[in-house]
Amino acid sequence: MSSILIIEQILNGLQFGVMLFLMAAGLTLIFGVMGLINLAHGSLYMVGAFATAAVAGATGSFLLGLIAAMVAAALAGAIIEMVVIRRLYKAPHLDQVLATFALILIFSEGTRWLFGSFPLFLDIPDVISGPVTLPGGIAYPIYRLTLIAVGLAVAIGLWLLIERTRIGIQIRAGENDREMIAALGVDISKLYTLVFALGAALAGLAGGLVGAIQSVQIGMGEPVLILAFVVIVIGGIGSVRGAFVGALLVGLTDTLGGVFLPEFFKLFMETGAAQKTGSAISSMSVYVLMGIVLIWRPTGLFGARS
Amino acid sequence: MSDAVLATQNLVKTFGALKATDDVSIDLRPGEIHAVIGPNGAGKSTLIQQICGGLKPDAGRVFLNGQDVSHHDTRARAQAGLGRTFQVSALCMEDTVLENAVLGAIGANRAVWRFWASALKTRELTDRAKAALERVGLSEHHQTRCGNLSHGERRQLEVGIALTLSPRAFIMDEPMAGLGAGGSKKLTELLDGMRAQAPILLVEHDMDAVFALADRISVLVYGKIIASGSIDDIKNSDVVREAYLGQEA
Amino acid sequence: MKVDERVCNALVLFGMLALPLWALAQDEPFTITLVTRAVILALAAVGLNIVLGFGGMVSFGHAMFFGIGGYAMGILAYHAQTYMPLDLGLFTFEGTKSMPVIWLVAMVVSAMIALLVGLLSLRTSGVYFIMITLAFGQMFFYFAISWAAYGGEDGLSIYVRNDFPGLNTLVPIQFFGVCFAILCVVLFLVARLRASPFGLALNAARQSGVRVETMGLDPMRIKLVAFILSGAITGLAGALFADLNRFVSPSMFSWQLSGELIVLIIIGGVGRLMGPVIGACVFVALEHALGGLTDFWHIYLGVILLCIVLFARGGLIGLLTGKESAHV
Repeated sequence: MSSILIIEQILNGLQFGVMLFLMAAGLTLIFGVMGLINLAHGSLYMVGAFATAAVAGATGSFLLGLIAAMVAAALAGAIIEMVVIRRLYKAPHLDQVLATFALILIFSEGTRWLFGSFPLFLDIPDVISGPVTLPGGIAYPIYRLTLIAVGLAVAIGLWLLIERTRIGIQIRAGENDREMIAALGVDISKLYTLVFALGAALAGLAGGLVGAIQSVQIGMGEPVLILAFVVIVIGGIGSVRGAFVGALLVGLTDTLGGVFLPEFFKLFMETGAAQKTGSAISSMSVYVLMGIVLIWRPTGLFGARS
Repeated sequence: MSDAVLATQNLVKTFGALKATDDVSIDLRPGEIHAVIGPNGAGKSTLIQQICGGLKPDAGRVFLNGQDVSHHDTRARAQAGLGRTFQVSALCMEDTVLENAVLGAIGANRAVWRFWASALKTRELTDRAKAALERVGLSEHHQTRCGNLSHGERRQLEVGIALTLSPRAFIMDEPMAGLGAGGSKKLTELLDGMRAQAPILLVEHDMDAVFALADRISVLVYGKIIASGSIDDIKNSDVVREAYLGQEA
Repeated sequence: MKVDERVCNALVLFGMLALPLWALAQDEPFTITLVTRAVILALAAVGLNIVLGFGGMVSFGHAMFFGIGGYAMGILAYHAQTYMPLDLGLFTFEGTKSMPVIWLVAMVVSAMIALLVGLLSLRTSGVYFIMITLAFGQMFFYFAISWAAYGGEDGLSIYVRNDFPGLNTLVPIQFFGVCFAILCVVLFLVARLRASPFGLALNAARQSGVRVETMGLDPMRIKLVAFILSGAITGLAGALFADLNRFVSPSMFSWQLSGELIVLIIIGGVGRLMGPVIGACVFVALEHALGGLTDFWHIYLGVILLCIVLFARGGLIGLLTGKESAHV
């Protein structure tokens, strides 16, 4: 176990974490502002990935693909917000779960109908496809470093948006007192559509970015969605800062657990058994982390105390 | 202190800079109605919450029948004999009046871990529930959904459910709130008859009801008891006048 | 036309019994298997309904119990069929092919897991509860995938259906009989449970936790017991489902299955005794009918579901009986 491997895995964990943040930020904003639990957020991630694959395939430009991902996901988000979601804001959580579950079915099958069942593959542009040598002699893929940079940039951008802009003030006010900001003349339904589309665009961007290192396929959104849920439960629902901390924790736990737990079990077990036990336990590590956080703080790290 | 059914000892609760409860010692003796009055924001609800176990005081203790219940939660205090009614009705609105009262009987008889016999066909539960409903005049309404009750009837039911517990002491949080003159009078008569069963700590804004019922009155202002005594004591108290009417009075 | 709910319930059970008997006469074993599938899914959803309908806790992880039941069957039968006892140090575990033993194990293990998961999850409520149960479900899913000793991602095949004394369970109608009898017994028990003091308190805890506490009762403990009972029933259904397919795989733990169980209840009507049963029948019928017509039948399911949520809040029983809520 060399220090190079450790650093490499920490970088992998960070990269996974910031991508989870892109998903979780939208989810947590949507819940914080509108009080809505949106299962279809994973579908928007998938829409982003497919849009990137289609546009990058047709134009040869990955960057155009990513823009298409954000536009397509934001559009899809705005449309479902206006057609379905806005009828659910005052509905019980159960109805929200069901309606957005229905949306997943519609999105998944719709995409299957458009693109077929086979996974698509995305090529990373040449400029950022190779490895780069980091200080200390670690060769690491440029693309993954780019993902980390993009994720951090989005995090900073979101923070600026929420803390420093008019819309941000409205968003924060919306979390605290809906009636009041409506009374102050803010067009609340427009604000909701906007927040929903913003969350969708971030999910779409994540889908496009991750699609380049995994395959683009139906159902790719849900595993990420569920991890994003774990993230916002850990961070505290409604807190963007919590989503950021939670995402990094989950990303690192998942990645490092997968590598180091088998190694750990090798200390006192034979190699094959250690590999199996380690990977079985590591697949649960994120959820164990969540359990521990909840025992400690039932509303998450940065959640409002009830 | 030893003859008090319910007593608080130097309760303190602060929220940030605000002292919601400031060294409150208050007691409730057998057979009496002890009214707690005070202007809005005086800390009455906070006091009730601490007595019933919904809020943890920063300092001070609560005694029920001489037993220190300061560390009991709401449930344990109810089991120890505290019967409470809510300012804003906390009823099961989808259920019938009888079902709501039977819930109290289930609590009183510790019958919750019975999974087989029907609750509404168990005599020991329904008898207790029906007796309580009769006391509060809701016998005609056994099968009415709570959601369909009038505001006044809900208040009666609140009291009725508290009765099913056969508590040692009642805590009532503004039972007259929102009642018209007729409703107030009816409930006043009802409470008047209940003091023999168990003393009542009555937090109330309706001064007619308070003067009609109270054996003692304590006045709570800014979290502090500023005066305590008989109705006449309070009516003639300069401190109380000042608190309610300001300097010029 | 408004139908009495009890008449409606009786008709559904009668239909569920009559259809396989008719199929038997027509020599159509596939139909019998299809109805058996509906019966088992109904049983799983009846379990979930205790938590979701009576207790108001939206568990999005009930596939966890379905899967545990399935793997209880898979593991017990696997050791029996391979004659490879599992050495646990203190005692050797031979496995079994006996259904009643498998059911018992499935229910006890599910109940124990429900106790642990419930203790953690019930510290929270609302959306947190939904997400946490979902996450615990996923935890079991990934665990099953990486549990190589029992097939990992590929699952376990059990070649011969397990035994029930006096029956040949490989005959579809006999296995159907077993499942249907279990469903009826469980429905009867759940009906008693709902009317019992515990059921009344659970129903009250759903509406007002403060009220229940003020009565000297502990809403958390009431909900936890409901969660355990619910897990045990869904676990039992999982064991039957595994026996129906003679196969278990991690997909029994999948979050989609958790979602579908909720869907069954919604289709039928939340909090109603027979809601899950009707929902399961409709679901299996839709799956069969639409699945035959188009590869994309889930799209129609999604649209139907959206319509139910947005326009028919009381589920099918609500539409038929004209009452939106199970409690009014």
